[in-house]
Amino acid sequence: MKITKVEALENIANEIRIGIIEQVYNAQSGHPGGSLSCADILAVLYFNQMNIDPKKPEAKERDRFVLSKGHCSPALYATLAQKGYFSKDLLKSFRKLDSNLQGHPDINKVPGVDMTTGSLGQGLSVSVGMAISSKMESAGFRVYCLVGDGEIEEGQIWEAVMSASKNKLDNLCVILDHNGLQIDGKVEDVGGLIEIKEKFESFGFNVIEVDGHNIESLIYAFNSAKQKKEMPSVIIANTIKGKGVSFMENEVSWHGKAPNEEQYKQAISELKLKHFANN
Amino acid sequence: MNIENKIATRQSYGEALTDLGEKNSNIVVLDADLSNATKTNIFAKKYPNRFINVGIAEQNMMGIAAGLATYGKIPYVSTFAVFAAGRAYDQIRNSICYPNLNVKICATHAGVTVGEDGATHQMLEDLSLMRTLPNMTVISPSDDTQTKWVIEEISKIKSPVYVRLARPATPVIYEKNQKFEIGKGIQHGTGTDATIFATGVTVAEALKAQEELEKQGVHVRVVDMFSIKPIDKEIIVKCAKETKKIITVEDHSIIGGLGSSVCEVLSEEYPVKVERMGIKDAFGKSGKAEELLSYFKIDKNAIIETLLS
Repeated sequence: MKITKVEALENIANEIRIGIIEQVYNAQSGHPGGSLSCADILAVLYFNQMNIDPKKPEAKERDRFVLSKGHCSPALYATLAQKGYFSKDLLKSFRKLDSNLQGHPDINKVPGVDMTTGSLGQGLSVSVGMAISSKMESAGFRVYCLVGDGEIEEGQIWEAVMSASKNKLDNLCVILDHNGLQIDGKVEDVGGLIEIKEKFESFGFNVIEVDGHNIESLIYAFNSAKQKKEMPSVIIANTIKGKGVSFMENEVSWHGKAPNEEQYKQAISELKLKHFANN
Repeated sequence: MNIENKIATRQSYGEALTDLGEKNSNIVVLDADLSNATKTNIFAKKYPNRFINVGIAEQNMMGIAAGLATYGKIPYVSTFAVFAAGRAYDQIRNSICYPNLNVKICATHAGVTVGEDGATHQMLEDLSLMRTLPNMTVISPSDDTQTKWVIEEISKIKSPVYVRLARPATPVIYEKNQKFEIGKGIQHGTGTDATIFATGVTVAEALKAQEELEKQGVHVRVVDMFSIKPIDKEIIVKCAKETKKIITVEDHSIIGGLGSSVCEVLSEEYPVKVERMGIKDAFGKSGKAEELLSYFKIDKNAIIETLLS
């Protein structure tokens, strides 16, 4: 069922954020910053855009989603639980021994996870392979691939970008979670990543730049990508790392750190307040 | 074995792949700008819609293959061994082996027999790298007949496979009706003076050595260990029990390849002395294939010398 109401989608994004904090707090391990920055993107994809059915996670003609920045698994797991692929109770087991919710997503362990990821820069090539399959068989499904801005410093990303363009993969939509930060600092300082839009354009991509926390803009961007023929699209989603939790926002130290009890309580209460305000 | 009838295993691969393509429409082939050398060009000519040339981007190629496999395609991926197992190691590890995707990596130009291109292009560590990966099957065929059987057989296994192929033409060892089984070595002869475990291009060298040694009254058996993983423990132990001496010979580093595999089995099951012939912790160099086999002491003469010493 497709949700079109902006407030409803905002609430879902908020639920995803609560799920992220719960997981990372319970595990005392994980990556909250980049997970929080992509929560709105995932809410729109899974609840407004993708042709998927949580009851049929293996359906051949379903749309695919590849979380290339696999360390943001808490965002994906919270989204899948919210969508009904598995019980929200399972989120408590994140990163624990014998849990199916591994530190990074595992295609063979979690229903709804379309590809194992974790080693940065690899998910886009896999998405290209999926999109080529769709074209080869005229299967008609779309492939969405979420990459981080730090991640696109990997050379393999640009190999994959070249392939997507060469193969005219208009069924492939890359989403760049452009929060501007990576572990060691700002992306322009650490890896020298600049002129992202121009880079993708020169490789033959349809580039759409949006506020990655604005639900309406995201819906518009995904719809616009769908209309574009003969070329792949990239949505550059300008986001805030740690979005939704005041003390995590734009703080690079929250890339891969778990909150303590006090911080956890504050984070949850901030997010619950937002939810309340929306209702 | 007719030493006059020579075919390179990469050629056998290209032909077998094309036959397989006719039988199975799920077969897709990927190459990284080396299709003329890896012989995937034979398939490409016949099935252009199922052939993807990704350009010089081996890491991307492995990922695209993984993506195709998630949909149920059976990708056969080719480039030189050094660029497959070496350059794209992490992609093979994380995007193919860990998710256990059905990708067949058929790497050509393995070993010093690449020849004139020299060390940068002579992969001597691939058996070692590939066999440590969980879910991976590792095959190193020795001739045309075996390669053709392997290429079809691995399409029936639903997990990753690495096949190590060679550049130069080597003797056809097996008749068309020879039976093969993955995980089973093939014993040639019943001599009890020594066992020579060989794989890939060195099997023919070992068989030539066996013939000459026979004339000198030394009776050896040769075991073609084309299946590196799974390894045939049974035949290794049996030969160690039945013969006085054990040697291994491979166009690969003595660290981590066939020699190490045999030693691992014997140290646990039946400890005996093993002499490992291969590239001894060194890089390769330019030269003709046969000159290099001799230089690195993995040819017929080196085997004879080792067994007579």
